[in-house]
Amino acid sequence: MGGASLLSALACGVSSSSIGAPPHSFLCPTPNRRRKSRRKVRCAPITAQFELKPPPYPLDSLEPHMSRETLEHHWGRHHRGHVDSLNARIAGTQLEEMELEDVVVASYNKGSPLPPFVHAAQVWNHDFFWRSMEPGGGGKPSGELMGLIERDFGSFERMLKEFKEAASTQFGSGWAWLAYKANRLDVGNAVNPCPSEKDNKLVIAKTPNAVNPLVWDYSPLLAVDVWEHAYYLDYENRRADYVSIFMEKLVSWDIVSSRLHIATARAAERAREDERRRREDDVEITNREAVEMYVDSDNDSEPE
Amino acid sequence: MALRAIAGKKTLTLGLGFGPSGAAAAASFPGLGSGLHARGLVTFSLPDLPYDYGALEPAISGEIMQLHHQKHHQTYITNYNKALEQLEEAMTKGDSSKVVHLQSAIKFNGGGHINHSIFWQNLKPANEGGGEPPHGSLGWAIDTDFGSLEALVKTMNAEGTALQGSGWVWLALDREVKKLKVETTANQDPLVTKGANLVPLLGIDVWEHAYYLQYKNVRPDYLKNIWKVMNWKYASGVYEKEVA
Repeated sequence: MGGASLLSALACGVSSSSIGAPPHSFLCPTPNRRRKSRRKVRCAPITAQFELKPPPYPLDSLEPHMSRETLEHHWGRHHRGHVDSLNARIAGTQLEEMELEDVVVASYNKGSPLPPFVHAAQVWNHDFFWRSMEPGGGGKPSGELMGLIERDFGSFERMLKEFKEAASTQFGSGWAWLAYKANRLDVGNAVNPCPSEKDNKLVIAKTPNAVNPLVWDYSPLLAVDVWEHAYYLDYENRRADYVSIFMEKLVSWDIVSSRLHIATARAAERAREDERRRREDDVEITNREAVEMYVDSDNDSEPE
Repeated sequence: MALRAIAGKKTLTLGLGFGPSGAAAAASFPGLGSGLHARGLVTFSLPDLPYDYGALEPAISGEIMQLHHQKHHQTYITNYNKALEQLEEAMTKGDSSKVVHLQSAIKFNGGGHINHSIFWQNLKPANEGGGEPPHGSLGWAIDTDFGSLEALVKTMNAEGTALQGSGWVWLALDREVKKLKVETTANQDPLVTKGANLVPLLGIDVWEHAYYLQYKNVRPDYLKNIWKVMNWKYASGVYEKEVA
């Protein structure tokens, strides 16, 4: 690496941990480049690094339902370990310049996950999980979210029951999810050929290990971590108690509602895009047919 | 001696020719099924540990051993029995959907019972011979198939550390070719799911519940220390019986 680029990197305040990586594009990201993940990008990065973001509350503020000790280990060791491993794994690869969600989907590799997947997904999952909770959380949702819950599950209580069931029957490590599914079949990665308004609905899903519903193109709304490390220090083997307390005392329904809002907007935008594309295809077919008719009718009288 | 008080159901014999030492021997057959294909359903109860909960310290804490045995293993047995009862009913009724639906619960809970029953036998307090390296034919087989005991331990620890999520790492004997292998299984899948000819000699539980209270996320430290209480005599016994 040349002295000039090193100097410019230092001038832009790149941390020493990112210097010394394999030569890579030093392009400064354009100022208006849209970033979905909260990855901080510094000018002229030698490597782009994902960061360990803290939960949006002090580590002891979820007590007594989730102890400070649990947060210290879960966030400070497990989550941190995945961030470090992810950065190490993607250094010097195409994945390095991608948004985190794109890294997750790309490294999932349609069901044959590549080595970075577990780390990318667990970084995403844990960010999502901390933000699914708040001190003094719990209670019940309201508004559009409650309406959809009642429409798709019958009642809030039935949704709770199904959620707890999913969390309890995820044999081994994994996650349970409330997600919004729009225009996607129930078979993972399949494309719905006849999307309808009825396809847009809330679903509950459970996933093993690091897998999350992003890989099925669902919009996750809420997650509970059912890896044993998430609850063992506070609840020992009593996973059901942990999940009950999570729903009763920790869930931030405000966050879930705002995620739903984004998900429905995204689904509506997609539906408009699909419709636009369908109309363009129709126009193109019509034009092609017209040209063919023109050629046919002039066949006999075409000049040599 | 860790005591159990569950009465009267026939206990699991491991199917390897070894019964858990100290296990209750009452053999009643509860719940004769009604209908054309009545059979006596064998259900299971928690085998006693052949040592006190604290006897494996400092390698594995007494707190972990007690939770692991009394809560985790007991839950697998409870749920396994429940699934078996439901299976018997479904089979009697010819309810194929239900029969198939129950398979995952049987595999998970039955596997959990099988695996933990072996695990308790695999461990022994250090002052009773735990950690003493294998001699005789198993020792030679290890040297032949892995180069040395150290190499085997290194391999098992590496595999155990790399295992994502929950599962087990095994020292297995392939009884067909008479060779030793290191295998891993996910969740509570028993070793046989990796091959019908595989016989478990040693299994190490790498579910977080097996070590978290003591080692937190540092699974490699747990794996390093568990060898100090490994019961090679058990593994040798199984091995010698198979190759005899």
